[in-house]
Amino acid sequence: MNVLFLLAAGAAVVSSLAAITRSNVLHAILYLIVSFASIAVIFYLLGAPFIAALEIITYAGAIMVLFLFAVMLLNLGGSAIDQERQWQPLAAWIGPAIAGLLILGELLYILMRHWPVGKSGTIVPSVEVGRTLFLRYFIGVELAAMLLLAALLGAGRLGRRDRTLAVKQGGGHDADSL
Amino acid sequence: MNLLLWLIVGLPLGAFVVLILPGRAMGDRRSGIIGTGAVMLSAIAAAMASVQFLRTMPTSGHFTATAWQWIASGGLAVQFALRLDALSLVMVLVVTIVASLILLYSVRYMAGEEEYCRFFAFMNLFVASMLLLVLADDLLVLYLGWEGVGLSSYLLIGFWYRDEGAVLAARKAFTITRIGDTALLLGIVLIAVRLGTLRIDNVLATAATTWQSGGALPLAAALLLLFGALGKSAQLPLQTWLPDAMAGPTPVSALIHAATMVTAGVYLIARMHGLFELAPLAMRLVSILGAATLLLAGAAALAQRDIKRSLAYSTMSQIGYMFLALGAGAWTAAIFHFVTHAFFKALLFLVAGVVIHSLHGERDMHKMGGLRTKLPVTFAGFTIGICSLAAIPVVTAGFYSKDLILSCVATAPAGGTLLWTCGIVGAFLTALYSFRMLFLVFFGERKIDPAPEGGLSILLPIVILALGSLTLGFLETPKGLGSVALFSNAVKDVLGEPSSIPVSLQFRIALVLFAVSATLIGFLVAWMVYVRKPTLIKGFLALPHHRAALALSARGFGFDDLYSAALVRPFSWLAKINKTDFTLVYPAVIARLAEAGALLLSLTQNGKLRFSVMGIAFGAGLLIAIGIFS
Amino acid sequence: MTPIPFEQTLILAAVLFVIGLAGVLARRNLLLMLLSIEIMLNAAGLVFIAGGARFNKPEGQVMFLFILAVAAAEVTIGLALILRQDHCARTLDADAADRLRD
Repeated sequence: MNVLFLLAAGAAVVSSLAAITRSNVLHAILYLIVSFASIAVIFYLLGAPFIAALEIITYAGAIMVLFLFAVMLLNLGGSAIDQERQWQPLAAWIGPAIAGLLILGELLYILMRHWPVGKSGTIVPSVEVGRTLFLRYFIGVELAAMLLLAALLGAGRLGRRDRTLAVKQGGGHDADSL
Repeated sequence: MNLLLWLIVGLPLGAFVVLILPGRAMGDRRSGIIGTGAVMLSAIAAAMASVQFLRTMPTSGHFTATAWQWIASGGLAVQFALRLDALSLVMVLVVTIVASLILLYSVRYMAGEEEYCRFFAFMNLFVASMLLLVLADDLLVLYLGWEGVGLSSYLLIGFWYRDEGAVLAARKAFTITRIGDTALLLGIVLIAVRLGTLRIDNVLATAATTWQSGGALPLAAALLLLFGALGKSAQLPLQTWLPDAMAGPTPVSALIHAATMVTAGVYLIARMHGLFELAPLAMRLVSILGAATLLLAGAAALAQRDIKRSLAYSTMSQIGYMFLALGAGAWTAAIFHFVTHAFFKALLFLVAGVVIHSLHGERDMHKMGGLRTKLPVTFAGFTIGICSLAAIPVVTAGFYSKDLILSCVATAPAGGTLLWTCGIVGAFLTALYSFRMLFLVFFGERKIDPAPEGGLSILLPIVILALGSLTLGFLETPKGLGSVALFSNAVKDVLGEPSSIPVSLQFRIALVLFAVSATLIGFLVAWMVYVRKPTLIKGFLALPHHRAALALSARGFGFDDLYSAALVRPFSWLAKINKTDFTLVYPAVIARLAEAGALLLSLTQNGKLRFSVMGIAFGAGLLIAIGIFS
Repeated sequence: MTPIPFEQTLILAAVLFVIGLAGVLARRNLLLMLLSIEIMLNAAGLVFIAGGARFNKPEGQVMFLFILAVAAAEVTIGLALILRQDHCARTLDADAADRLRD
């Protein structure tokens, strides 16, 4: 029984649950960062220190920060929180809960059919990872680069402010610059 | 030779396909050239085929060109084959030559029509079907051509489809001939079942050996075939469609409803004469119906005001003559009359077309008059046609063919005095109504000023047809007057000699003189009434029962009304009360179900993102479950 | 360190995935929906790393790197779209964007 693992797992689950149930978007993001941190710990325990570091740096450090920027830009202050609460009555959780539990049940069932499945081994060194990535799966790197380029260009275009659109009042009837 | 035969049929068919596909994009000039050219080339092919036929006559007397095995099931094997013998050769030559002339005329006559290309396409379809009909080696191929001409007739009568009258006339023609076609099909089925073959010479040979003369089976088959012929040839009782078919363009009336399609019935009976000889009762019926029609139509033609309707009744009457001849066993005479009739009737229709065009669409003869000075060539053509129709002696072709019919009817054992008398009375009526037409249209005072005659392409066909109407008679002259027997010798192999009771030469000459006098009396009466004293006719007709008789005659003796009351009205009534019957529930239920289903499913299209995601989630769950439990 | 049983990581991944799924379905705010999607991606990545550790192969970590790249790209575009939506419609309600309906 790996205590550290259990603790980290518990933290991840609890913080994720918290993340999806907060009315304040900022709080949700912060809880999610905690979740990512716990998962980074788990990665380290699984023998992937480099990935653990990447999780913190990229996922929690870059992507979540991006989220924070967006939240700041959108100025989701006090009124937004109330609105958020208004949108989330308890009844709204029934359907998702059913769907979620259904899928969870199925996944666990599949798992239980092939129990036990073994244990994790030793550390896989980053050197090995690097070599595999850039020698065998180099094309993946190229594709990922192109994907990021596309995302860059897309976001740049989408983020542009058009004068004509800025003037329009009252709830969007025109989304044609989208 | 095989190639020539297929070209004869294939060229007009190809022209039809070429003209119908691009539609109006073809352009008037090109359509005219293709449409007329194809039939002219077909005529040339026919001429070449006839030269080859006459030069290298095979012992069997015919050529057969087989294309492929059409049906081979059960006991029935049908080949798609064409057959050229003397009879079909005659028919092919007449059809192609007359059709080429009429199409040449149409190039100018139908100019300016909105759907010029369609006209030529359908005319070519018609010519192809007619040629297939007469060249068919097999009854089923004949039936194919038969249906084809019926279809083309419908399409062409209703050519001006925006005119309600034309559409109704086309529908009427198709429906009435359909009745005949059904009988024909039943006859074909009977022959196929009982004789096991549909190839025409096989049928005739097998029928001669397996069926007894006068038996029930040949009688049934002959009657069914006869009924089919009655429909297509507009004889009693299926004759009511022909006058209304004049709603189509004049070239159509000339080609289809005068020269060719309506003679398909005559061809059928002549071709299957071996079968008819086995059923004397059927032959008697043929001549009775022929005689009745020729009298009735002749009387009706007298009372018509529309020039084309008058010619239509005239056609009906002349075909009655052909049927009369067929019933008496005079196959050759009937076909000979067909040849001459094709020429002079087509001529008369084309001239009528010129008259109608020059009088800007006027068709009522009582409103015409005095055109002979203004339209000289037309007048000459019409006169020649009328004289041929009325069988003016010696100089016209009609005289020789009609005389042949009358003498055969008089001398054949299956003929008789009564039938011959009907023919003589018919000759009188024919002369009367034809000269009436001539005098009403071209003599007297001019009421409407005509536009001048058309150009070469209009007048040349008229001239050629007129020449034919004068000269073709010399192919077969009676025994007293030169005894030329070119025609009957040519078709002897196929049609045989007409049987006749032996009569003396003086008897024959007496018969001819009777016929001639009937014609001349008719001419004189017409001259008196319509040229000398036009007021006489008005006084005559002022009497009430005369006027009623005239009205009845003008309406074709009430057959239309009879059929309308007895058949059409009850049927329409039945259809009307059956409009909302219970079987309509099922389609309605299906429609309602589909509507409800669509409404239900459209609820899923609410545009909400989360709805779709929910769908994906549940769908994924479902798929995994299927994966687990299968 | 003590080897971790493979099944435990898988169970953890499944739970996290389902939590993310529930979040996507239940929340109406577009931003939070995107957040939940990140949770799901992370859970998937966890499976890969665990698999790589179990079979002692580097491919698991390689795959996680790709997932990371994809997540980054997706968040970029997603946020740009959300900002656009806010700019036009002045709301982040997922249910408000329902013009593609019957």
